[in-house]
Amino acid sequence: MLLLRRLLVTLVLLAAVALGGFYLLTDPRLVSPAPEVGALPAPDIENGKVLFAAGGCASCHATPGQDDRTRLGGGLALASAFGTFHAPNISPHTRDGIGNWGIQDFVDAMAAGVGRQGEHLYPAFPYTSYRLMPPKALADLFAYIRTLPPVEGRAPAHELRFPFNIRRLVGGWKLLFFEGGSFRPDPARSEAWNRGAYLVNGPGHCAECHSSRNGFGAIVPATRFAGGPDPEGKGFVPNITQDEADGLGKWSKEEIAELLKTGFTPSFDSVGGPMAEVVRNMAQLSDADRAAMAEYLKSLPAVATPPRPQAK
Amino acid sequence: MIRTAFVLAGLGLGLAATMAQADPIAERQQLMKGVGRATREGAAMAKGDAAFDAAKAQGIFKTYADAAKTMPTLFPETSRTGGETTAAPKIWEDQAGFKAAFAKFEADAGAGAGVTDLAGFRAAFGAATKNCGACHEVYRVKR
Ligand code: HEC
Ligand code: HEC
Ligand code: HEC
Repeated sequence: MLLLRRLLVTLVLLAAVALGGFYLLTDPRLVSPAPEVGALPAPDIENGKVLFAAGGCASCHATPGQDDRTRLGGGLALASAFGTFHAPNISPHTRDGIGNWGIQDFVDAMAAGVGRQGEHLYPAFPYTSYRLMPPKALADLFAYIRTLPPVEGRAPAHELRFPFNIRRLVGGWKLLFFEGGSFRPDPARSEAWNRGAYLVNGPGHCAECHSSRNGFGAIVPATRFAGGPDPEGKGFVPNITQDEADGLGKWSKEEIAELLKTGFTPSFDSVGGPMAEVVRNMAQLSDADRAAMAEYLKSLPAVATPPRPQAK
Repeated sequence: MIRTAFVLAGLGLGLAATMAQADPIAERQQLMKGVGRATREGAAMAKGDAAFDAAKAQGIFKTYADAAKTMPTLFPETSRTGGETTAAPKIWEDQAGFKAAFAKFEADAGAGAGVTDLAGFRAAFGAATKNCGACHEVYRVKR
């Protein structure tokens, strides 16, 4: 009897410690501390505009059903395996958008996936890639967004299934799958390669679509860039590693740069689906930047496309 | 006798009609491949990699216009899937929009039908090829 009670007490204590531990471990500031912004030079709005295009922010945040890609009122529904997300208003509207945010708030969101209330943000917002942008670049991007028109109105709340609707759980996800930190150039590689690696993995977030994901929605590192089901469940995104059969093994650097500028593949097919908007965005970058991305992509090892899920 | 002939003729006609529609997926893909080949030629001329040739240039726009006319008839309800088609379900959900996209492609191609110089070609070719990605964005999905 005594033994049993002791056992019970121990169990309860253990559970409390585990819960407390979980709570601590999933604290946004602890799990994913954002870089300190510190003092920065005056923002370069032109660079911010380039990063805005490279990042494809408008693809998710522009108000749907109208043509102006600079009206960031949000509201677009993003289907996923966990439920439907609604991209929020990130226009500089002071009540409904991010007009009241300071630069540190913006860096917290972009580099650490932490919202203004200190809450975790869902990785449906690809901060997993954007975090590679250093605070200076994020300050430029923020300054550019602040020049855009404020848009009134808020997006509907996300409609996620239990338990995915518990934001705190994203803390556990981050512990397992999120790596923080800005881009660190590889001194052994050329300047162009480093610029390309930064644009592809950071603002361009190419791997977010061109990879397959595990059951928790995290990119499987071994098959990064090797293609995967569309994150929104529509079709299959092709392999862009140097695989000869399905990937870009047979494409020249010039052909990859051409695709990013005009959308034409070497066989003069024209890319469609979500890639069409990626191309419109990449077309706004310089020829040098597109060539740098091609340079980096040509250096990726060949990885075979993972088996496709059975078509429904 | 005459009746048999009629029936046979009728059968033959019916057969011809089904033959034409026998494989709409293969047919529309062939048409689009032709459009792709024409675009390769056009891009070479527009970039100056190939010499400008007015007859060739006009031929490109004719290929576009012909494809734009025929394409909308090659999407029967029975051809939603199969044959590695990349046609998106949206084609059948929004027939009006799909047909309008081809009508616009045809009109833009028509604007280039009589080009005689490189500058005119570049402008018309640029406008016509905007339709490729715009339509593929909405009405195609890679599987
Ligand atoms: C694939 C779609 C997608 C893209 C691309 C995208 N976002 Fe988002 N973003 C989201 C979603 C979804 C959320 C909401 C996340 C949440 O509620 O946890 C979000 C949240 C945010 C937030 C936090 C807003 C708030 O109110 O907490 C900011 C800031 C933001 N995004 C900025 C950007 C910028 C800048 C870019 C371009 C560099 C960008 N986003 C690109 C989907 C996207
Ligand atoms: C929003 C999702 C998304 C993002 C982000 C994205 N892609 Fe794509 N990409 C696609 C889809 C879908 C296709 C297939 C489109 C088609 O062929 O109709 C594609 C096609 C391609 C192709 C053509 C491959 C082939 O075999 O035809 C290349 C090359 C490519 N993407 C490179 C990139 C690069 C480089 C980036 C980053 C700058 C990028 N993509 C970002 C979804 C995306
Ligand atoms: C109004 C819609 C529309 C326009 C405009 C259009 N296409 Fe297409 N295209 C399609 C559809 C739909 C398919 C998919 C057909 C299938 O797989 O069943 C396709 C497929 C293709 C293919 C792949 C054929 C194959 O299966 O090998 C190529 C190449 C292509 N298009 C090139 C072009 C080019 C180049 C242009 C512009 C000059 C263009 N298309 C304009 C609708 C369009």
